[in-house]
Amino acid sequence: MQANQLLKYLVVVLPMLTAACSTTTGDEDTAGMTNSDSAQTGSMNNEDSVEVMTLEKKRQMEIEAQERKQAALRETNMIFFDFDGSQIQAKYFEVLEAHAAYLRSNPSAKVLIEGHADERGTPEYNIALGERRAKSVAKYLQNLGVMSAQISTVSYGEEKALDRSRTESAFAKNRRAVLVY
Amino acid sequence: MKRVLFAISLFLTAFSSQAAIEILITEGLDSAQPIGIVPFEYKGTAQMPQNIAEIISADLMRSGKFNAIKPQDMPQHPVSSAEVDFSAWAERNIDTIVIGQVKDVRPGLFIAQYQIIDIVRGQVTGGSPQTMSNGKLVESKAHILFESRPLQFDMSDFRRVGHAMSDRIFEQLTGIKGAFQTKIAYVLVADSGTRPYKLVIADYDGFNEQEIVRSKEPLMSPSWSPDATKLAYVTFENRQAQVFIHDLYSGSREMIASFPGINGAPSWSPDGSKMALVLSKDGNPEIYIMDMLTRKLTRLTNNRTIDTEPSWSPDGERLVFSSERGGRAQLYEININSGKVNRLTFTGEMNLGGSYTPDGKSLIMVNRTRGNYHIAKQDLRTGALQVLTKTHLDESPSFSPNGNMIIYSTLHGQNQVLALVSVDGRFKARLPAGEGQVKSPAWSPYM
Repeated sequence: MQANQLLKYLVVVLPMLTAACSTTTGDEDTAGMTNSDSAQTGSMNNEDSVEVMTLEKKRQMEIEAQERKQAALRETNMIFFDFDGSQIQAKYFEVLEAHAAYLRSNPSAKVLIEGHADERGTPEYNIALGERRAKSVAKYLQNLGVMSAQISTVSYGEEKALDRSRTESAFAKNRRAVLVY
Repeated sequence: MKRVLFAISLFLTAFSSQAAIEILITEGLDSAQPIGIVPFEYKGTAQMPQNIAEIISADLMRSGKFNAIKPQDMPQHPVSSAEVDFSAWAERNIDTIVIGQVKDVRPGLFIAQYQIIDIVRGQVTGGSPQTMSNGKLVESKAHILFESRPLQFDMSDFRRVGHAMSDRIFEQLTGIKGAFQTKIAYVLVADSGTRPYKLVIADYDGFNEQEIVRSKEPLMSPSWSPDATKLAYVTFENRQAQVFIHDLYSGSREMIASFPGINGAPSWSPDGSKMALVLSKDGNPEIYIMDMLTRKLTRLTNNRTIDTEPSWSPDGERLVFSSERGGRAQLYEININSGKVNRLTFTGEMNLGGSYTPDGKSLIMVNRTRGNYHIAKQDLRTGALQVLTKTHLDESPSFSPNGNMIIYSTLHGQNQVLALVSVDGRFKARLPAGEGQVKSPAWSPYM
């Protein structure tokens, strides 16, 4: 019974397939038509499998959103420190994770971390303090899986103040590490 | 304590770009000895190019030991010792005056001569050029403490000649060698421009500024060679800290340290054979000594914290340096032969940037107490600490080679400027501020 049904089916379908074949081997105009037909068929297929593509798209969008967020976080390329301190404050963890993610997925990318100090204390002591800050950031990135070969550091101490007004808030702005790509 | 605030402006006509300079003596004039530097007599065709008496007055005032009175406050303006009215000066408690004579030999060439007059002595003898001795009339010049030979010099040498006279007068009256012909090196950071960082050399009084290097990137920590012909300094021109030696006469530059990390705080040994410096190539900032002949490095310190700012003892046997090995930064001393380390400072939250006084008996440093940074002196035998300054964010103290005066950088208004304080803390003055931030002064050895 089943074999008979299959046979019947083949009898119906095969001539159609051969007919289709004959059309595609036809003249150029027809071929053009067929091409546009198949394009339409393709888009119809898209609509048919709409759910699968949406998931892909959603994931894609999520990835893009994540990338945008990380890119936005990476736009924060400065992190600030307490007076005389080189500890990284918790509020910068997310920012540094974003930088680390970028560096992990781009192993050829390199980052220079500048360490800076405020103007209090002697210039050479501040060079040492700036280096400690830069190295603190470097170590944090390495702990997040960034290769040490991707990171270099330089300390400018108090020599490149962002704000020279010597107020407490100016000092706070100057105590920073800057990530430069 | 009575504090006197004087602002004395001496306007000096100069051929240099600086038309006027102010000496702002902020404290300590009351303890200085009054002296009269009488305007020099001038015999010449044109006007005297520079007022030598003003140059000398300014030098002596800046030494903190003399209060040179203004010409309008003098009882008279004698131009020869015979003209001196001793009692008139004595009435004003002025014990010593200087008189002088300048003439032009031909345009651009001058001859000057000067005399240091002891008013007290002159009052005793009546200042008479002749006194009775053993019944005979003899020439007496006892009231003339010193009479110079005629000095011949060019137009461009007026200031140098004035400083040379100041040196002689200062030594005659104090027994201390004058340091008025020395120079200072410092970093000038312009507020704008493509190459804002400048290493500058000037006469000790700020005149004759000469740019040595101009850079887009920071310049730091100039240190003079003991023969005053070279400077070592830190430059970031290659996007990292490097130590260079710069020959001031040939202009040639040589990079001597360019390791990963910090290359900083160069300090020439007193005999010029070695350079102490700070390198962080092995992890932390550590003190090294470089042999200047072989360029071989010897590491002196080894610990996990910051060690920096080495400065030599006058005998070249020890270095004072800043270290966080005991917590906050304090000053320590290391014997460069034995490696033995002693902690030197215990007063204040932090002590940084230490150096020995030229006699080796005291330390000068930046002391932080209750968050304020001031220049302080510590007696090495007793450990007693004396805070010398009251200005803001004081740093980078550097001695005059005679040990009499300290130049340092401080905040005045919104600008970093240079200031002077005498080693006893009594006398304080501010150097004229130009454009930008002035920092890291280094006083030259005797030239």
